[in-house]
Amino acid sequence: MVASHYNPSEEQKAIWIYLEQESGVLENVSLELLAKGRQMADQMEWRLIGLILGNKTGDLVEQAFTHGADEIRVADHPLLENYTIDAYARLVYQAILVAKPSVFLLGATPNGRDLAGRLAVRLRTGLNADCTGLRLEPESGVLVSEVSGFGGGVLALIEMRSHRPQMATVRPGVFEVSPPNYDPTGETIHIPIDLTEDMIHTRVVEKVSGEQVDLSRAALLVAGGRGVEGNFKLLGNLANLLDGEVGATRPPVDEGHIQRERQIGQTGVVCSPKVAICCGISGAFHFVVGVEKAETVIAINTDPAAPIFEFADYNVVGDVHEIVPALIEAIRERKNSSETNL
Amino acid sequence: MSMPELHNVVCVKVVPKPEEIRVDKETNLLLREGVRSEINPPDMNAMEMALFLKDRYGGRVSILSMGPPSFGPFLRIALSMGADHVYLLSDRNFAGADTLATTYTLAEGVRKIGGVDLVFCGEESSDGATGQVPSGLAEWLEIDQLTLLTEVDVDFDRRVGRGRREIKGGYEILEVPLPCVVSVKTAANEPRFMDYRIKPWAYEDERVTVWTADDLEADRSRIGLAGSPTVVTGLAEAPTRQRRREFLEGSPEQIAQQLASLLLDDV
Repeated sequence: MVASHYNPSEEQKAIWIYLEQESGVLENVSLELLAKGRQMADQMEWRLIGLILGNKTGDLVEQAFTHGADEIRVADHPLLENYTIDAYARLVYQAILVAKPSVFLLGATPNGRDLAGRLAVRLRTGLNADCTGLRLEPESGVLVSEVSGFGGGVLALIEMRSHRPQMATVRPGVFEVSPPNYDPTGETIHIPIDLTEDMIHTRVVEKVSGEQVDLSRAALLVAGGRGVEGNFKLLGNLANLLDGEVGATRPPVDEGHIQRERQIGQTGVVCSPKVAICCGISGAFHFVVGVEKAETVIAINTDPAAPIFEFADYNVVGDVHEIVPALIEAIRERKNSSETNL
Repeated sequence: MSMPELHNVVCVKVVPKPEEIRVDKETNLLLREGVRSEINPPDMNAMEMALFLKDRYGGRVSILSMGPPSFGPFLRIALSMGADHVYLLSDRNFAGADTLATTYTLAEGVRKIGGVDLVFCGEESSDGATGQVPSGLAEWLEIDQLTLLTEVDVDFDRRVGRGRREIKGGYEILEVPLPCVVSVKTAANEPRFMDYRIKPWAYEDERVTVWTADDLEADRSRIGLAGSPTVVTGLAEAPTRQRRREFLEGSPEQIAQQLASLLLDDV
């Protein structure tokens, strides 16, 4: 077997977290990883170190300290303003080789996955991808990662014993962010930067970004399938009343009734709301995995034999176009009467 | 000046259908018996994108896969969709590969095919779902990458690949020099159907080239189980949440009242 660039006997007992930022805002998953990392670092009596790359990152450093980092390594440079795989992979690789941490965690975001995929090969180490659980073995310091495969149907535990760093990308939303109660100061180390423009092959021709709906964090979800017949306005009304979001199965998305970012399921978003109301959805496997983490599932479908009824807590055999308007009416009545009572 | 011929490769994996996979509760091994296979659905989107470029500019599309000879019939589907040739990396020594060993082996395949402009991959596989193969492959090949694209184009004069990538609340248009690796966002397009007229051609023996580890002159310490730093130490069927499956009865209004109290009172 080919060895990694450094081995367990050379490692520094530290957990490194890649703190991903976009336009000066830290990704939520990075804060989630700081919380989980802090807990594991305390258990092992290791150091928790955050790694930030960007341009003008000052505020982020302080924020990372308040979320539990012992030390921050920063690469701050105008050429790091936009994420490019060339520049980011180069600097992270150099920083890792200098410090030789035992564990290196990244969020399984689009850019986190890109970066991790390249770095693991460059470092000749293993990579546990899109993890849903993490644990450090107290005796050996081996990182055990839980991953799910086959559309979420199978869980596997994965570890590496002789390669370092132990790299993992972690699925957003798995761990909870801890309150920013830690000391906002700490040791900040600036990473030497040897970047020149010609090293960056990726050219950002155009970039438009802004707020995006994040269905994975919605507390209530109203999802529609073919049975909704494109009437997502109706579902929107229900979702608004309940401070929820609207989602869909793939067919309405393909037919252009609703944006792709609202697609639920294996090829879309996996949600974990308190309640998911599934309207006119038959219940195909690749959809169901998207609401499996919901606390309560309500299903409305005209077909009493629809598979969705196997995966729901409360089943309604009926037409969405009758039930949903009646439900909207019933909710309005109750809200009005409770207001009068006050 | 004649246009240089575009040669693109699509990496394709054949996977068990996820809904049919179970774990043996005693041995904790995957029960693969009787489970049907399919082309990894995200790879169909990658294939469609490569074929889109072929429709537009001509050239060739090669399929690259790693797996047992039983993958053959599935890969011929790709030929029937419009690809030109299949390269199947097949050797017992490739088995048990994790991301590091898989990307190394695929990279050696791309090198041996030679003269490749774009290497297409699906976003992730439905079985392993790591989504880390495209960038790992680009690293072994020491070439650039464009990932999670919803659209792609090529500028021959400047020798660049250009892609549209969806990001938070918007998109970015990126360019990198050719050759490059491209990963395609799942469901970015509607994969075409097989063309039954070319099916007999697709099933001719010479459409598929099988390469072993020796053919690739692969470093034995970097392939299969031997080249894989990670080990699976436990396996379990994911606990499925037990649902109440309670049917609500009554008129639409009565049902609406029951649902309203569930939503406003209990939850």
